[in-house]
Parts: sequence; structure tokens; C-alpha cells
Amino acid sequence: MEALTGTLISIQKLSFSYDGDQRRVLDGLTLDLPAGAITAILGPNGVGKSTLIHILLGILKPTSGAITISGKDIQRYSRRELSRLIAFVPQSEYTAFEFSVLDYVLMGRAPHMGLLGMPTQDDLASTIERLELLGLSNLARRSVLELSGGERQLTLIARALAQEPQVLLLDEPTTHLDLSNKNRILTTLSKLNKRGTSVIFTTHDPDSAASIAQNLVLMKGGRVLSSGTAEEVLTAEGLTETYGVPVRVVPVDGQPVVLLDNSG
Amino acid sequence: MVISRFLKARALRWGGLLIGLLLVFTASIFIGRYPQPYWMPPRLLQQDELARQLVLALRLPRLLAALMMGASLAAAGNVLQMVFRNPLVGPGILGVSQGAGFGAALAIIALSKMPLAVELSALLFASLGLALSYLIARQLHYGGWVLRLILSGIAVSALFSAGIGLLKYLADPLTQLPEITFWLLGGLWSVTWREALLMLPFVVTGLIIIYLMRWRLNLLSLSEETAFSLGSRMGRERALLLAGAVAAIAAVTAVGGVIGWVGLIIPHMARRLFGASAQRTVPATILLGAIFVVFCDTMARSLRPGEIPLGIITSLLGALIFILLMATVSARWKP
Repeated sequence: MEALTGTLISIQKLSFSYDGDQRRVLDGLTLDLPAGAITAILGPNGVGKSTLIHILLGILKPTSGAITISGKDIQRYSRRELSRLIAFVPQSEYTAFEFSVLDYVLMGRAPHMGLLGMPTQDDLASTIERLELLGLSNLARRSVLELSGGERQLTLIARALAQEPQVLLLDEPTTHLDLSNKNRILTTLSKLNKRGTSVIFTTHDPDSAASIAQNLVLMKGGRVLSSGTAEEVLTAEGLTETYGVPVRVVPVDGQPVVLLDNSG
Repeated sequence: MVISRFLKARALRWGGLLIGLLLVFTASIFIGRYPQPYWMPPRLLQQDELARQLVLALRLPRLLAALMMGASLAAAGNVLQMVFRNPLVGPGILGVSQGAGFGAALAIIALSKMPLAVELSALLFASLGLALSYLIARQLHYGGWVLRLILSGIAVSALFSAGIGLLKYLADPLTQLPEITFWLLGGLWSVTWREALLMLPFVVTGLIIIYLMRWRLNLLSLSEETAFSLGSRMGRERALLLAGAVAAIAAVTAVGGVIGWVGLIIPHMARRLFGASAQRTVPATILLGAIFVVFCDTMARSLRPGEIPLGIITSLLGALIFILLMATVSARWKP
């Protein structure tokens, strides 16, 4: 495992509740995300993972607490600066229009263009490079509505890469995918991380998290229950407590694998 | 290799559109019912003073107005479809056209038809129509965003239609009523240089905004969280584009009445020819819309001795093209 170079994102006592709602979706969450690593934020649905992502993107403002990115408060970044720093890959994306894959990925150049800007030859070249990197070149002219689930996810990742971000933030990137596509996405994320991009993804699947992440964060009730390596975080007690079902953790080829415990 | 052939095919289409517009526009100068039905030989322009007057004082401003109308409705329709992320909306569905119609009819009655007042009143109520459709859609708790927007747009359009009906009922049957009725059917027969020049600043401003921001329009058609994460200031960008679209629609509606279908079908045709990116569909809708309305208006004034209302022809042709487009579209988009 490569040496990690300090803290990229530091979250201090972050709380969030929606307007008019007493319930705290995030409740004093404190967390340091290392630079240059793959971090998996793990937890069942409704634990506050998506809210955390929306706060990191600047879409939601925290009720209290602070976030610094590379040492600077998130509130002090402009929308444009933030979009060059963090690129977002949604779980799925609805579009009503038959954009070609090329036009769709080209939209990732937006943070580098002004209000009246048009893509230049350089933008186009950089987009085509991202398509090649993710093996999507042959789909460049295909409509995004025609893609399979895996191809679509890779297209969303390519668009995020076109932003030339330091951090790739993915919301449940493998949830809707079959095994082979899941593997394709996880391998791609590993490859991107080796090229120097920090990767943060949420998942409710411990095995996806364990397979590629150097750093795992297990969430429960809007807080961090534990964080560290897969061996440290994926324990039967922690997972049972978070997911509310009895599980066993079995090492297979040196990697923890989570099984439902039906013995009792 | 494949890409270069693809780009060549696209360049050919642009060339085709430009030549098409030039041809339709030029031919329309000589098509009409003087001196005999359908065709005026070009040499008459030199020999016949009346023919020259007819072309310079009537046909040219009218052609220019038709061109502006087509370009405006089509480009604005494209903006509405992308901003509201719904390829089935258009000026006629989101309350914009009916709002402009109501505003113009109100001005005809209350302000006795000062052209600029009619124009501004149309602009005001067109904006109101769009705002109401949007706000009501946000309040509905039924169906998805696409469906809610269409439902509230239909309701707002119906409200304005009822308002227009009321205004017709109140109008002076000898002077104001015929004016409103003809105007509502839609047509450009009353256009002189004065009307054409009155439309021009609104249309040009609206189209320039839309044209300059055309690539940005793509981002607004994505989900809010994606557009946000790509650095788009959605509220501001949306407002600018919608202001441009509404200004253009209101200006042409105040002069030519409510003309249906152009804003709905032309964007679909443009996407078929050039793909979905607004970087290409915006100029394409401007050209295609202009060709379509100039063609329809020329038919409207030449087919019969009396004028056929333009709205009838655009609706007839538009609906036929729409059926054709929908029948051949792949079934991938599911609202």
C-alpha cells in the first residue's frame, strides 16, 4: 500500500438536519479523509451517507461544524473552484435527451469554461483521452440512453475525470450493477487512484469496500462508528451493530468477507 | 476516419440548412398572388412600380417577421425543453403563449392598441404564465416532474384562455372583437416595417442570450446535483436563458398571435439532425424554425385569394411532422 500524504478533507463535529425536521441526519460527525487514498464510506441506507456527499459538494450547508479541504474552509471555495477540486459521480442520472457519450463527457469540462464558453480543441482532446482511459472510445457517438448499466457508470466517471479533479466522489457506484460490471468499476477506481486521484465512495456493501479501499469509514446514526483499514473496521460486532443483522466476518485470501450469520 | 466522415456529414447538413433558408426566403419574395396567383416573375421588380412597392413595403417586412417568429419560437422551445428537462413541453404547453395572448388582448382592449404597449403587456403576461406553471408544478403532489409540469402548464394555459374568452366577450364587437379574433388565429398579414422593427430588438436580444449561452444550456438539462457539481450557477443561468426565451416568444406573439407547434417540433427535428447538444441544436433550431415559418406563412398568403390564418397551417404541418417523428423515434425515452 502506498504511503498516504496527509489529510485531504477534515470534517469536524459536522451536524445536519433538514429544515423543520428535529432529527439530525448527521450528528457531530468527525472524520479525516487522507489524500491519495481510496476511502469507502460504509453503512446501511439512511445512515447519512448521501447527506454527507451533498455537504462535501456544497449543495447543502451544514447546520453546525466545519469542513476544510486542503486546509481551507469549504465555505471559502467558489462554486467553480470546488468543481475543479471535487468531481461527483451520481448513483444514476436521469436525462431526457439523447446526448452522445462524447457530448455527455464533454460537459465535465464545464468547470474550466466561462458562462459563455464553448469547448475548445483542447477540451475535446482531453475528453477523448478520458474516454480512451476508461475504454469507452468505441461508444463515443452512442446515445447515453442506449448504454448498459456498467457503461453508463463508466461514462459518468469519465465525465467526472474530465473535470480534472483531485478528488472523485462517488455515490453508491456499484449498487445497480451485476458482478462483472461491479468488478469493472472497482478495478477502474483502483487504476485511477494509482494515477494519483483520491477516491471517496459510499456503499452499503462491505465487500466492495474491502476489495479496493485502503481506508474504510463505518457510519451509524449520522456518526462515525469506526474507521481504518478493512481488518480494523470490518468486525462482526461493528457490522452487526450497524446493519442490525448478525454477520460473520471470514478472511478469504487475506481479505475479510462478510457473510450473513444464519447459524443462530 | 469514422469521425471525420461523421463531421463531414454534419457540415453538409449545416450547408443544407443555410442554403434551404436562403432558397425559401428568396423564393418567398416572388411567391404570392400578384400579378397572378403563385408566382411573380423577378423582372417585374424593374418594370412594375406596384410590384416593387409590394415587395419592399409588404412582402419583405412580413418575411422578416416570419423569419424572426420561426427562429424565436423554435429556439425558445428548445430552451424550455432543456431547462425543464422535458422534451414534450413548448411555449404552448407552459402557459407562455397563452399568457402572451392574454396580455396582448388585454392591451388591445384597455390601451387601445398602442403597438409597444401590446408588446410589453404580452411580455409581462408571458413571464407570468411561465412563472405560474413552474410554481404550481412545484406545489403538485402527483406524478413525476415531467407530468406535474405538463399538468400545471395545461391548467395555466386554460386559465389564460378563459381570460381571453372573457376579454372577447367584453370587447367592442365592431372594432376590438374582430381584431382580437384574427389576431388569436395567428397570422402576419398586418405586419409592416413598423411591426417588424418593433419585434426586432426583443427577438435579437433574446436570441443572442440563447445563442451565447447555448453550451451552458446542456448543463441545465442534467440533474440539479450534477449541474451544481459541474460548477453551474443554476438559478442565475436558468433565469437568464428563460428571460431570453420569454422575451423572444412574447415579441413574436404580440405581433403574430399564438402560433402553435413550432416550439415543440422544431427542437425535435434539430436533435434528429445534429444530436442533443444545445451547442448545435440552438443554431439548428434558429435556422429550421425560420425555414418552417417562412414556408408556412408563404403558403398562408398565397394558397387562396383570402388569407389562411398562419396558425392553422403551422398546426396542420406541425402535428403531421410530430406524428412522423414520434412514430420513428426509438422507444428508449420513458417519461
